[in-house]
Amino acid sequence: MNQETIGHTTMSHNTLSTTALEQVYDQLAEGITQAGAEKEALFLTKLALLLANQVGDANQVSESIDEALKNL
Amino acid sequence: MHFPDSSPRASLYYDYQIYPFRRPPELNGDTLQHKVVIIGAGPVGLVTALDLARYGIPSVLIEADVQVSQGSRAIVFTRRSMEILQQVGVTDRMLEKVLPWRCGNSFYRGERVFRMEAPYDEDDRFQPMNNLQQQYLEEYLVDQVLAEPLIDLRWGTKVIAIDNQPDGVQLTLDTPEGEYQLHSDWLVAADGAKSTIRGMLGPRMEGDSYTGNFVIADIKINIDLPTERLAYFDPEWNPGNTILMHREPEGIWRLDYQLPEGETAEEALAPESLNKRIQAQLDMIGVDAPWEMDWCSVYSARAMTLPDYLHDRVLFTGDAAHMLPIFGVRGANTGWQDCHNMAWKLAFAIKGWAPEHLLASYSQERVTAAREIIDEASKSTRFMTPPDRGFRLLRDATLSLSLTQPFVRPLFHWRTSRAHDYLDSVLNCMRDDNAEFSAGPVKGAPLQNIRLGDDDYLFDRLGASIYLLYFSDQAELPMALTLLKDAVTRSGVPFEVVQISRKPLASQSHQVIHDPIGHMHQRYDASEGTSYLVRPDQHVSARWKQFDNGDLLTAMKRLINLS
Repeated sequence: MNQETIGHTTMSHNTLSTTALEQVYDQLAEGITQAGAEKEALFLTKLALLLANQVGDANQVSESIDEALKNL
Repeated sequence: MHFPDSSPRASLYYDYQIYPFRRPPELNGDTLQHKVVIIGAGPVGLVTALDLARYGIPSVLIEADVQVSQGSRAIVFTRRSMEILQQVGVTDRMLEKVLPWRCGNSFYRGERVFRMEAPYDEDDRFQPMNNLQQQYLEEYLVDQVLAEPLIDLRWGTKVIAIDNQPDGVQLTLDTPEGEYQLHSDWLVAADGAKSTIRGMLGPRMEGDSYTGNFVIADIKINIDLPTERLAYFDPEWNPGNTILMHREPEGIWRLDYQLPEGETAEEALAPESLNKRIQAQLDMIGVDAPWEMDWCSVYSARAMTLPDYLHDRVLFTGDAAHMLPIFGVRGANTGWQDCHNMAWKLAFAIKGWAPEHLLASYSQERVTAAREIIDEASKSTRFMTPPDRGFRLLRDATLSLSLTQPFVRPLFHWRTSRAHDYLDSVLNCMRDDNAEFSAGPVKGAPLQNIRLGDDDYLFDRLGASIYLLYFSDQAELPMALTLLKDAVTRSGVPFEVVQISRKPLASQSHQVIHDPIGHMHQRYDASEGTSYLVRPDQHVSARWKQFDNGDLLTAMKRLINLS
């Protein structure tokens, strides 16, 4: 049962492995809890800006902003 | 005096039989010294008694009630569980009734956002998952126990005191005809999550108690859907929570949902609340069939284990030893792995086939397994029932993204009960060729089943014994192996050689499996002389590319301190 089939991602550029994704998931959750209810939005916005700067491509960031606004 | 409820429990599909209390010899003044007393005739206690009887070990099985499980409780049994249950002889009856399955589906806002398919190997006799209500399983096990003269099943008997000494235990038992004392060399506590024995002896559990409370409800309804696991996230009628559905035999469906924060068990189980919620779920999935409630209960999620399962002459097993999160069918399926690990070791210690400290490896292997389970389960639990604001936001973001972004879908995958590999076991032999194999079960893992023919599988050939799987096309075993086998057999230790040969061979002295196209050779990465040493619980303790008598002796010494 530890080898259940898991769906594969279809994105072509750099993507995270499932293990890495789980690691990010946990650390992000802990970061939000650590920031606290008052400051979580500020924390997440700062994080988005930091990651945007690392991506280094305004068009890609713009696409991600549109994507994140879907299905809220 | 202990007066168990002797009116048959209510059920829409199951006829409860009452097993009356019978006066034991102790109440007539006899003083007996028993070998093993097992507390709790649930799935784990019953299998423990049957497993011990395979080695000729008699046991007394103590049960406070006079009938089997109230409600369906454990309903999903894994392939590994079926392999263990096959050893105690109940799978034929189970297979007539179980609903096998291998796919799980996750839904969000009406869309299926993830589908899991568990692999099914053609060499497996049993399907990855098998649904059956616990009452049926217990009934099959009880029938098996009643047919076994070595097991003395005492219904309607309750433990009220225990004295645990280094050389045995003394119990005070209460019955409808009064109290008596029972003496036993060993005690197995298989009395479940609310273990009386654990409570009396006082060892502390380690780990977390999550905050979530869940309702489980069985309803009789005709729903035209295949047997697959259905999970619904964040439905409108129960925002933020998760609902699970499983099909059971006899036209029963299991619904499982988390309670809103702050709601008590009494409020959740009030008929109007149950009816409203179950109807809301059925409405959401477009089912308008009439339904009737069979059974419901509330449980809370836990992830705790005792740090040691061995306390002088008391062995804890199953839920008495640990309480594991329900997501991933980890209750009975873990409990059987526990007791199957323990039974042969206890039998070997009682028979004098191995020193008593063999039992320390039971605790070492199974506490390690419980901690692995807790670690794996906590990942699923964090997704299913987020413990804090951070995890809730991550879960909600994942749900929202899952509608358009496939990359998050693996996060829906939750880990289910699996067979644990005892990779670091003290029983594993250091001197072997484990790392050189490119296939086959690794050292510490259970054997992988092999289809040998029509209705004929490797596990069908295994019994209560240590095995050497010896791959060879030679008509004769090596002389050294024959001598060792004879010497071990003379000492009483159950030890058998199973030869796997690509040529048809006949042998009086040992079992031969004919492997004409070399299929098993291939699955086990075996060539002439390859050997696997297998424990009585089917886990590999050493494997060699080439048989060597000295290596086998070393490994046997490691396993059972054979001199």
